[in-house]
Amino acid sequence: MTLDHAALAQHRPYLLRYALQQLRDEGQAEDVVQETLLAALQGNFSGQSSLRTWLTSILKHKIIDLIRRQSREAPLPGATDSDDDTLDDFDALFDRRGHWTSEDTPQAWQQPNAALESKQFWKVYEACAQLMPQRLALVFSMREVMDMDIDEICKSLSISATNCSVILYRARMSLRLCLDKNWFGNPEKVG
Amino acid sequence: MLACKQATQLASAALDRKLSVAEQIQLRLHLAMCSGCRNFSRQINLLRQISQRRAEHNDDA
Repeated sequence: MTLDHAALAQHRPYLLRYALQQLRDEGQAEDVVQETLLAALQGNFSGQSSLRTWLTSILKHKIIDLIRRQSREAPLPGATDSDDDTLDDFDALFDRRGHWTSEDTPQAWQQPNAALESKQFWKVYEACAQLMPQRLALVFSMREVMDMDIDEICKSLSISATNCSVILYRARMSLRLCLDKNWFGNPEKVG
Repeated sequence: MLACKQATQLASAALDRKLSVAEQIQLRLHLAMCSGCRNFSRQINLLRQISQRRAEHNDDA
């Protein structure tokens, strides 16, 4: 199926937002989207999936390639196994025996499906995602959004599997806590 | 018996790799008795769905 520029251009804003969420850098996001559109023009769209799905899968590969190249040239800040990969920053949630403190014990989230339909919820989510340090956010995206397995992520970023698990744990703790404080645990929001 | 802190680490690891049989048993036993960790585990699973949805439906957001 031949693709024309106009058909592709329609998806450009979507792809750009997708890339920006993963890379957090406008220049880089522009570059990978450009490469994706070029590859799409030269590629062969079978029409079996939607055009957007096909473009997104090309984009994912371009993003992963970029991350690989970058981490070969300059490792992510703090990308070595270092002190800041300890789990200590969430210690305050647990008592000395390692059990949840009474005020931090996770309570059930009310109506998560309704939240996904709320514009206000997505603003809170965005703010919480931005709060994660870049390195946590990147590994989290690679795992959860781009669905890479741990080995691929370790290899791409030259980090150990243990380090990778710790980063993912911290990302999940951080995001869960932020959404809990600012949305699910806040009766006015969930209402 | 696992403490909650270790149980949360295993619950997170379970999203990324296959747990050993011993780990699975420990985690299951803990979750059976601890509603806080059950909620935690459900919520980090939900984070996966939420983050995928945010990326894929980024124009509704």
